[in-house]
Amino acid sequence: MTRFEQELKNNNFLCSQCTKCNKLVWPPNDFCNKCFSNVVWRPVSRFAKIVEFSSNDKELFCIAEFEDGIRVMGKVENASGLKVGQSLLLTKCDYDEKEIFIFRPVSQV
Amino acid sequence: MKKVGIAAAGLTKFTKGDNTSIESLMGYAVKPIFDTASNLEQRDIEAVLTSTNANNKYLANIMSELCGISPKIAHSVESLCNSGTNCIVSAYAYILSGLAKTALVIGAEKTDSPGLVLEWDKSRGQYKHPIYWSSMFTSAHMRKYGTTLENLAYVSAKNHRNALDNPYAYFKREFSLDEIMESKNLTENVRLLDCSMPCNGAGAVLLASEDIITKFTDMPIWITGIGQKSISAGFTKNNDLTSMSSSVYSASNAYEMSDRSPTDVDVAELHDAFSICEIIELEDLGFIKKGGGADYVKQLFDTRDRKINPRGGLIGTGHPLGATGIAQTIEIFQQLQGTAGRRQVNNSKVGLVHNMSAASTSSTVLILES
Repeated sequence: MTRFEQELKNNNFLCSQCTKCNKLVWPPNDFCNKCFSNVVWRPVSRFAKIVEFSSNDKELFCIAEFEDGIRVMGKVENASGLKVGQSLLLTKCDYDEKEIFIFRPVSQV
Repeated sequence: MKKVGIAAAGLTKFTKGDNTSIESLMGYAVKPIFDTASNLEQRDIEAVLTSTNANNKYLANIMSELCGISPKIAHSVESLCNSGTNCIVSAYAYILSGLAKTALVIGAEKTDSPGLVLEWDKSRGQYKHPIYWSSMFTSAHMRKYGTTLENLAYVSAKNHRNALDNPYAYFKREFSLDEIMESKNLTENVRLLDCSMPCNGAGAVLLASEDIITKFTDMPIWITGIGQKSISAGFTKNNDLTSMSSSVYSASNAYEMSDRSPTDVDVAELHDAFSICEIIELEDLGFIKKGGGADYVKQLFDTRDRKINPRGGLIGTGHPLGATGIAQTIEIFQQLQGTAGRRQVNNSKVGLVHNMSAASTSSTVLILES
């Protein structure tokens, strides 16, 4: 298991940040994809907004955008009547052969 | 600039899948080329390129040996669902550079291909199956343009109907709008019959320089425009989900290279991995204004116009990933030669192939002319 996956399993959503230009590098990588400098791990803010959403018989799922344009697909719980642009909180992340992101709506960030 | 053309083509039937090997599938796609191309001998072929997502190693060299060819150049090309057209573009470049005068491009895939899901893409989280990116594009297009589930069903109905006249197609029956609408809901806006099916299949084309091509055919079809673009590998970097930006770039570059515009195109193969894809692509490639794709598909269906996806697209024909782009190109090759039989779009002189990968994070567009 990679460091990223292990951290997800511990409910920590991390990405890489460049030590020179401060860019957040997503998906995480060994060096910055803008200036090729070294990176360090840093937590991503758990607040996000809905870019798009849909559902199946079991659940609502969405593309959520965090700070700096970091986007992931995840499940939305405790929600109805979702809207694009709506604020979300990442309530849980995990790793079980796949990355798992679980959100709930929040009234405002 | 020298011209590069397609001289001959071969296809296998697209089927549900059995124990046939990738090498065997590829071989059955190559055989018709040697059966039909005049004066073609193994020693004429200077490059052999293979297109597949299968994990077979040294495949182009193996296929060369199995076909009795000792080429200068032999290797595989992989780029998920647009491996096939990437392979054709590589062959084109070898010929244009002078490194080879001819190239045999062979693509094949099996139903259980490892290319069906891009496990690398962390941003897709637990929603890695392609139905989820399709559902996101569909939600976005529905909200912005009022696209409906019935609009999507017209794509599937049209392409399944077109596939009836394609002897190589996976599906061999028509589906009514009701049957499509009532097929299994995979998400709230993607139904089973909105999806292309993984399958076994293979296709091959022989490319040659204008210096030599008339040795093999008296009806060469020229590749006059190429556009390719990769915006990312991860799905979530396509900002506007009502559009596929790599396809917009690719089409623009292909039109510019060929000095053609969408109105010049007589017949086109578009990558309808899902119903929503054809609607968005019609708009992104300039066949109709943004938001007009759904009405345009209904018009094609109502008038039985085969201009778009005459062989049945991926939805009707099946989607053997590494063979798909080659099979699309073969359809346009046959249309421009006037040999497409019951699928023939009359007086086709300019054709377009659009082939894309992984939620359109990369795309290829080819313009072909007779």
